[in-house]
Amino acid sequence: MTLTDRDGTETRAIRHAWDRAGKRRRATSLLLVAPLLVYVLLAFMLPIGMMLYKAVENVELLKAVPQTAAALSRWTPQDQGELPPDAVFTTFLQEVSAAPRNLVGEAARRLNYEVSGYRTLLTSTIRKLRTLPDGLAEEGAARRFLADIDKRWEEPGYWHAMKRASPAYTPYYMLAAVDLAVDDTGRIVQAPEEQRTYIDILLRTLKTAAVVTAACVLLGYPLANLMVVAPRPFSIALIIAVMLPFWTSLLARTSAWIVLLQREGLVNSLLGSLGLIREPLELIFNTTGLYIVMIHMMLPFMVLPLYSTMKGIPSHFMKASASLGAHPVRGFLNVYLPMTLPGVGAGVLLTFIVTAGYYITPSLVASARDQMIGYFIAFFANTTINWGMASALGIILLVCTVVVYFLAARTVGVRQLAGLK
Amino acid sequence: MEPGNIVEFVGVQKTYDGRTVVIENLSLSVRQGEFLTLLGGSGSGKTTTLMMLAGFETPTRGHILVKGKPIEHLPPHRRGIGVVFQNYALFPHMTVAQNLAYPLRMRKRSREEIQSKVGKAIEMVRLEGMQNRRPSELSGGQQQRVALARALVFEPDLVLMDEPLGALDKTLREHMQYEIKQIHRELGVTMVYVTHDQSEALAMSDRIAIFERGAVAQIASPQELYEQPASVFVAGFIGENNILSGRSEGTDDSGRGRVLLDCGRTVRMRSADGFAEAGRPLKIAVRPEHLVVGSAARDRLNQCEGKIADTTYLGDHLRALVDIGGGQTMVVRKPLLDFARPPVIGEKILIGWNEGDGRVFA
Ligand SMILES: Nc1ncnc2c1ncn2[C@@H]1O[C@H](COP(=O)(O)OP(=O)(O)O)[C@@H](O)[C@H]1O
Ligand SMILES: [Mg+2]
Repeated sequence: MTLTDRDGTETRAIRHAWDRAGKRRRATSLLLVAPLLVYVLLAFMLPIGMMLYKAVENVELLKAVPQTAAALSRWTPQDQGELPPDAVFTTFLQEVSAAPRNLVGEAARRLNYEVSGYRTLLTSTIRKLRTLPDGLAEEGAARRFLADIDKRWEEPGYWHAMKRASPAYTPYYMLAAVDLAVDDTGRIVQAPEEQRTYIDILLRTLKTAAVVTAACVLLGYPLANLMVVAPRPFSIALIIAVMLPFWTSLLARTSAWIVLLQREGLVNSLLGSLGLIREPLELIFNTTGLYIVMIHMMLPFMVLPLYSTMKGIPSHFMKASASLGAHPVRGFLNVYLPMTLPGVGAGVLLTFIVTAGYYITPSLVASARDQMIGYFIAFFANTTINWGMASALGIILLVCTVVVYFLAARTVGVRQLAGLK
Repeated sequence: MEPGNIVEFVGVQKTYDGRTVVIENLSLSVRQGEFLTLLGGSGSGKTTTLMMLAGFETPTRGHILVKGKPIEHLPPHRRGIGVVFQNYALFPHMTVAQNLAYPLRMRKRSREEIQSKVGKAIEMVRLEGMQNRRPSELSGGQQQRVALARALVFEPDLVLMDEPLGALDKTLREHMQYEIKQIHRELGVTMVYVTHDQSEALAMSDRIAIFERGAVAQIASPQELYEQPASVFVAGFIGENNILSGRSEGTDDSGRGRVLLDCGRTVRMRSADGFAEAGRPLKIAVRPEHLVVGSAARDRLNQCEGKIADTTYLGDHLRALVDIGGGQTMVVRKPLLDFARPPVIGEKILIGWNEGDGRVFA
C-alpha cells in the first residue's frame, strides 16, 4: 500500500511518526561527527579560505599610507604620462615621514613587486626625510621636494605602480602566477620577458606528474595483478614489499636513493665493475634522479587501488571470456582491463595529484631546473615571506587538481573512483 | 570410440596438489545430442570434470576426446564449447546485447550476422526489450537466461552448465528447468549439466552420471537409476529409500534369498545378480512407496511389525517413520486413505512388501 492510498490525516501521521523516529537517529549521528566537522573546518576549510584570501589581499599601502592610498584610488589618470595631483604628493610626504618604519618597509616590499628598484627608492627617500620643510602646501612644493631627493619621483610610472598597489584587493599575485601583469594603462598584458617563469613551472609540474603517473601505471598494473594471482606466501611478500615505502621515513628513503644513485654510488660502481660503463652515469640531482625516486615513492599509491579492484574481480570472468572464444589477450583488453578501469582511475588520480604537489623529495634529488610548483610555494612562503605569491601558486595547483579530478570523474565516474561501485 | 559419442573421458585422473586425488580413473562418455547430468554431493568432483572438459584444468593422467580427437593441447578459447557458470559471469560493463555479441565478435562475424543472431538469441530466452540493460539491472532469472543465451549464441555442439540454477528460488528454478529442457529439445545441442539436486537431475536428464568421491558410481537413465540402482550409494542418493542392513542366510527352494535383518526378522528377497553365500553381510533397499500398511500387508511375503515414531502430513500423502526394532527405522509414504485411520505416534503398525519390491546389495 502506498501513502496515496490513505486519506490525508493518516498520511500526515505516518510522515510525522517517521520524522520523529528519524530525528533522534539524525541528531545522534550529527553529534558523533561533530568533532570531525569542527576539525575539518579548522584544519582544512579555514586554511584554504585563508589561502584564497591571501592571494588577493593587498593591505601594505593601506596600512602604511592610508590617505595616500585612498587618494590614489580616487585618481583617474587620462594617460600613462600623467602625474597625480599635487595634493597626493603632499599627503604622501606627510604620511610616509610619520609612518612606523616596519609598515613602510612592508609597503616598500609590496611596491618592489610592481617595479623593481622601488624598495631602494622609497627607503633612501625616507632616510633623507628627517625634517620636512615648511610651505609644502604650496603649488608643486611637495613634488619639487621629492624630485630633489630622487628625480624618479617625477616619473609617472612609479605613481601608477603605487596606485595599482593601493586598493584593498589586488589581482597582482594571481596574474603573476600565470605570467600576466597589469600595465600602467590598466590593461592585462604578458609579464615582462624575464619574469615569465610560472607557466613553465606549471607545465613542468604537470609533465613530471604525468610521466611519473604513466610510469606507475605501466609498472604497477602487472605488479598488482601478480599480487592477486600469485600463490599465498609469494603474494604476501609482494604486498609487504609494496607497502614497505609507507613504513619507512620519507627522508630515509630519499637518502637511501642518493646513496644508491650518486656518482660513486652502488649502481654506478656495479655497472662500472661489470664493464658496462666507462664514466659514471649522472643518476641523481637531475631529471633522471627525480623520475627514479618519484616513481618509487608513488608506486604504492598506484598499486593499492589497483590491487583492491583486481582482488574484487573473480576469475570466472576471464574463464567465461575464454569459453566464448576470446584469446587471453583479447579477453584482457575486452573484459579484464575495462573492469579494472576504476582502479586505474583512482590510482592515476591519487598519483598525479600527490606528485604534482610533492616538494621534499624533488628538492633533495633534483636540480634547480627540475623543481616543481611545490618548491616555489615553499620558497615564497618560507624564504621571501611573500604570502600573496605562495597563495596564488597554491590556488593554481588546487585548480589543476580539481580539473584532473573532474576529468577522472568524467571518464571513470565518481562512485567508481571512490570504490563504491 | 563409439560413433554416437561426442565426448569421451578415458582413464582420467586429476589432482590439484599432488597428494589428494580428486578424480580417480574416470571413464565417461557423452552421447551426441543427449542431456547428461553429473549428479553428486559437494566435493565429489563434478566441477573439476566439467572444467577439464572446458579446458580450464588439465587432467594429470588419461585423455579427453571430443569427436574422437584428444583435446588436451587445445586452449579453452579454441575448444568451441559453451559454458554457463554458476554465478553467470556476465560481463558487468557490457549490455545484454554486447554480452551476447561477444562470442560472435571474437569469431569475427559480420555486423549483420551478429545483429541477427543476437536478436534470435534474445527471442529464444524471451528477453525482448532488455537488449540495452546492464546485467546489474536484471533479475536473477533474467541474468540466468542471458548466460544461457550467451553460451548458445555461437552455436556450439556442446554446452556445459555448472549448477546454473543454484542461485534461484524454487519456483523460478523449476520454470528454468523446463525452459532449458525446451531449448535442448529445439536445438538438439549436447548438454552436460552439473547439479547436486537429484530432483532437478531426474526432471531434466536423458542420462545421469552419479559421482561418488571422484568416480562415476552409475550412469543410466533416470528411470533405470531409480528402479535398478547399481549400488547402495546410488539407491540412497536417488529418491527416498529404506536401506536395511542384515546378513545372508542363503537361498531357499524357489531361488529367493533369505536375509536376517538387524532387527531380528528374516525377510526373503529376489536378486537378479545372484545371492551372497550364507553369513555374508548384506543390505536391502525398499522404496517407501512400495511398502503397504495395515491389513493390506498381511498378504505380503515379508511382514514387519513396528511402532510409529513420527508422522509428517504432506497434503496429498502422509509420511510415517516406523521403528522396527534393532535400531532400524523405515519410512512409509502413503495417501492418507491407505491407513485405516490417521496414524498416531506410538501406535503399532504392520508393514509389508513382496520379494521383488526391493533390491539387495552385497
Ligand atoms: N582449484 C582447486 N585447488 C585445489 N583443490 C580444489 C580446487 N578445486 C576443487 N578442489 C577440490 O577438489 C574436490 C572436488 O571439487 P569440485 O570438483 O569443485 O567438486 P563439486 O563441484 O562436485 O562440488 C574438492 O575436494 C575440492 O576441495
Ligand atoms: Mg561444484
